[in-house]
Amino acid sequence: MSETLWIILAGAAMTYLARAGGHLVLSRFERIHPRVEAGLNAVPAAVLTTLFAPALLTGGPAEISAMVVAGLVALRFSFMPMFIAGAAVLIALRYLTG
Amino acid sequence: MAAETISPSRTTSQFWSGVRLAVPATVAAGPFAILYGALAAKQGLSFFEIVLMSVTIFGGASQMVGIELFGQRLPGWIVVLSIFAVNFRHVLYSAAVGRRIAHWPAWQQAVGFFFLVDPVYAESERRIEAGEKIGFVWYMGIGLTIYVAWVVISAVGAGFGALIPDTHAIGLDFLLPIYFLGLVMGFRKRPLWLPVVIASGVVAAIAYRYVGSPWHVSIGAAAGVALAAALAKPHPPADPEPDEAGAAP
Repeated sequence: MSETLWIILAGAAMTYLARAGGHLVLSRFERIHPRVEAGLNAVPAAVLTTLFAPALLTGGPAEISAMVVAGLVALRFSFMPMFIAGAAVLIALRYLTG
Repeated sequence: MAAETISPSRTTSQFWSGVRLAVPATVAAGPFAILYGALAAKQGLSFFEIVLMSVTIFGGASQMVGIELFGQRLPGWIVVLSIFAVNFRHVLYSAAVGRRIAHWPAWQQAVGFFFLVDPVYAESERRIEAGEKIGFVWYMGIGLTIYVAWVVISAVGAGFGALIPDTHAIGLDFLLPIYFLGLVMGFRKRPLWLPVVIASGVVAAIAYRYVGSPWHVSIGAAAGVALAAALAKPHPPADPEPDEAGAAP
């Protein structure tokens, strides 16, 4: 089996572990310590932020403008308008700046 | 009729009421299933691998993270850990919904947890708040609808990916950062969101420059999580809110 297949299957097993494990583990505790809960709550935003933060550092004007516009649109609108606005700015500026 | 005797027609209507609730989330996730399939194909994953990922992982954001990291030729365990980290929020969903389905037979619980994605969690919370019980058939009506659509549409996207000529001109190479930014914005009502995002972002950017990829992911994420734990105020834990971003993928 290829390495890619192993990664996919291991990723799937870990994902199932998260979905089933929360009930199996956390239900044994009356209360979750607030610091643990705050840490757990922060995991997705903390991980996902690291995936776009370097792009702000390395991106050109088109990439950075797209991120800024998408971020601003996200303050008022839902996910899809945010995504379309960001993509539109990116494509337009790349077209204009060649 | 006693509550325990469930006639076949009642079961069917329960299933279809679940299916109906799943339609908006399915429509919203559709374009991202296409995008996932297309980007994965561009990253060089085979059709089988692309579909297998949707069939077994069934988590949009984590699959996007997976294909992003596949492209960087990283050690496999880092990719696996990153997929786990993105799906970690499901631990909280599992704890919240698990209490409400504890009366299901064990096999139904085991199956049910596989389908506990953001929209299924959100609808389950809504039903609990309305004072109704969560039935297995109703729950699977939602879960299976989103699942089948996600798998089929990502397979369609995988077919499309091979047909796109110039990925730079249509911005395909930079859609993932925008996608991840959108997901992060969807979490913004969570406590400590802004300090966590700033800490993770700044530390990740510094680590990206001075330590190098992929370490900026784990170092930046650890900074944000540690800050959240340090700043947390003691309070009685509440059920997690379904994330806005979850309504999409």
